[in-house]
Amino acid sequence: MRSKLSESLLYQALVVPLIQLFVFVTISLIVIGSIILFLAVLFNRPVTGGMTLLQFVVRTLPQVAIDGLVIGFLYAMIALGYTMVYGVLQFINFAHSEIFMVGAFIGVELMLALAIPSTAPLMLIMVGILLAVAAGMAGSGLLAVLIERVAYRPLRGAPRLVPLISAIGVSFFLQDAVRAIEGLLNNAFYRNYPSFPVLNQQIPIASFQIADQSIQMQIQAKVVFIIIASLLMLTGLNFVVNATRLGRAIRAVAQDRPTAALMGVDVDRIIMLTFLIGGALGGATGVLFGIRVGRIDPYVGFIPGIKAFTAAVLGGIGNITGAMLGGIVLGVLEGFAGAYLSQFTGGAFGTEYKDIFAFLILILILMFRPTGLLGEQVGQKA
Amino acid sequence: MRFPRILLGLTVFSLLLAACAMPATPAASPTPAVKGTIKIATQSPLSGGQAALGEGIKNGAQLAIEQLKGPIEALGFKVELVPFDDQAKPDVGVANAKQLVNDPDILAVIGHLNSGVAIPSSETYKDYDLVMVSPANTNPCITDRGYLVVNRVCGRDDVQGAVGAEFAFNELKVKTAFVIHDKTTYGQGVAEFFKKRFEELGGKVLGFEGTEEKANFDPLITAIQAANPELIYFGGIYDQAGVFFKQAREKGVKAIFLGPDGMDSSELAKIAGDAVVGMYYTSVAAPPTVYEGAKKFIQDYKAKFGKDPEPFSAQAYDATAIVLKAIEAAINEAGGQKPSRKAVAQKVRATKDFQGITGVITFDERGDPVKAKYFVIKVVSGKPEDWGNNQLVKTLELAPPPFTPELKAKCGVK
Repeated sequence: MRSKLSESLLYQALVVPLIQLFVFVTISLIVIGSIILFLAVLFNRPVTGGMTLLQFVVRTLPQVAIDGLVIGFLYAMIALGYTMVYGVLQFINFAHSEIFMVGAFIGVELMLALAIPSTAPLMLIMVGILLAVAAGMAGSGLLAVLIERVAYRPLRGAPRLVPLISAIGVSFFLQDAVRAIEGLLNNAFYRNYPSFPVLNQQIPIASFQIADQSIQMQIQAKVVFIIIASLLMLTGLNFVVNATRLGRAIRAVAQDRPTAALMGVDVDRIIMLTFLIGGALGGATGVLFGIRVGRIDPYVGFIPGIKAFTAAVLGGIGNITGAMLGGIVLGVLEGFAGAYLSQFTGGAFGTEYKDIFAFLILILILMFRPTGLLGEQVGQKA
Repeated sequence: MRFPRILLGLTVFSLLLAACAMPATPAASPTPAVKGTIKIATQSPLSGGQAALGEGIKNGAQLAIEQLKGPIEALGFKVELVPFDDQAKPDVGVANAKQLVNDPDILAVIGHLNSGVAIPSSETYKDYDLVMVSPANTNPCITDRGYLVVNRVCGRDDVQGAVGAEFAFNELKVKTAFVIHDKTTYGQGVAEFFKKRFEELGGKVLGFEGTEEKANFDPLITAIQAANPELIYFGGIYDQAGVFFKQAREKGVKAIFLGPDGMDSSELAKIAGDAVVGMYYTSVAAPPTVYEGAKKFIQDYKAKFGKDPEPFSAQAYDATAIVLKAIEAAINEAGGQKPSRKAVAQKVRATKDFQGITGVITFDERGDPVKAKYFVIKVVSGKPEDWGNNQLVKTLELAPPPFTPELKAKCGVK
């Protein structure tokens, strides 16, 4: 009986979310892709480069979908941090984007200190990146705990808006603190991640022919890290929350804090651990983001943070798999909008309008599903 | 009890004052009495992604003041530099401008780096007759507004964009181009001039996109790959362009890269590495080594600041030298008294055949040099320390387009 229960828990925690994710990604890609194709057929006309709109779309669609997925996975990983904290405290930790940014800086400083030559063997580079990710996780996790202790815990009994404002303050503080420290140490407050040709190469995934057009799908080697890391995070987090003692305590605190305390759960400790986990995930994402983008500055967390928060809301805030899905939907929407807006509108709206378009779709989704894609109706907490 | 304490305080204070003043009196007697202080301000980004260029401007001005202030000091004025940090942001530049016009000792501004900052800031200078000489601003509207106080020692984007287009079409023999810009006054402006000339020559512009994105260029790159241009023109600044170039090469884009003078910083190589090897940029400021008269300047700069001059340092030096000369002339005209700002502005505009380290400068009626140098430069190495070795491909000396009311109207001035 007991072993069967844990078996099913494991199943619930590890397999179900992955299946959910896979099904959802496939469906959303097919749906969005077919809408784009349908529109391309509908408005087919010659565009630049001697192609018709349909040819352009067919040629680029697979690659755009992959790029959208990758940026979506990044948003998803940041969104996990927002959703964890919200799930437990019903509080939006706006400083999370800066926790993410600090992780990226810890990672870059470590990688620069290690000074791995750019032509080093792949194994050595991997070790370097793993170390940077570990350092980013440790640093950001501890920072998140510290922020909770200093800026949020004293305000726990206060009205909901008070810790929110405190979070915004922490966010500004961290941006300028990093700016000041980096400025003092390096006389410039941006840093460049070391670049490794091995990780920059394109791995071809597929190449096929549709109507005498050859279509190449490729993925950058370093992007594979991001996908693997985000899947690991999702399953790991689901496992911790659904199948461990700690997870049971977290869920108990999330459901009813006073009752959990009466049942012997140390609420302060659980909240602290929630921040630790969320912060560590944010830190790891920061390092991976930095490796992908190459250049970071103290304000690098702001836009991804806002988008990840949106992703968390879209997926149903407080729901871990939902955050993942929300991130992916947002990333894919943004990728499609960025690549096609200009061609579809004849240049009237360029790539620059991709966010507006993505958020427009988002508002539409939320109008019909106000609790988000996977969200449940939860009562407002005071 | 209270009264004596104040008295005591006053006594101590006056004694202190006397102590401070005592040694100064005999030392001052050999030189003529100091009639006042003349300050020259610099406005450039001293922090942020473009700080390297901004600091180069400040350093160039500082060096010029230290070396060339002699004649004005002989007339009895102290000369000081007041550096301001405009952070490459229009709002900060304007706030600084409002602050510095209220200091009556400031008689001139050297700056800015960014046209988008210089244009709104100079609206304030204009209201207070404070002369600005720009070492780096290339947008036509800097001078086309026809303000007495606004001058520059470098070339213009309408010419620079056309130089880029002509080089691409005639020398690189490319027929298709994709144009990207950063949506700033400078970047979009020069990109539009490139596009216009390239199309006039018979080339095809496959796309014209503005973006403020700094991290994820994937959607844009996919669109570029589908259009498959022979050349990509990026109207913008290196901190954004570097990230784009790097990601584009990593994704297998093979087109030639071309950009305006905003690409000219070793930071570009630092960000993009080997991705920018073989790219070209046009510039209004060549590496200082190109200029005949700048040899001593490079030595002095290195000796003082411990690094090589940045692209606009020599221009800042010349701009400051012009201002110092104008102030000297204005003092003489005012009978040895401190001149008005307007008099200084008039003297600056009257600059004729000034022998600077970057060449001979004569201002036309709107404050442009009558002939400015334009360069096409090729990046030879992905290492930032080799930036100074970039290969000069072409040098042109061109006049600005004639000053017409239409040009003025384009800049929103009636």
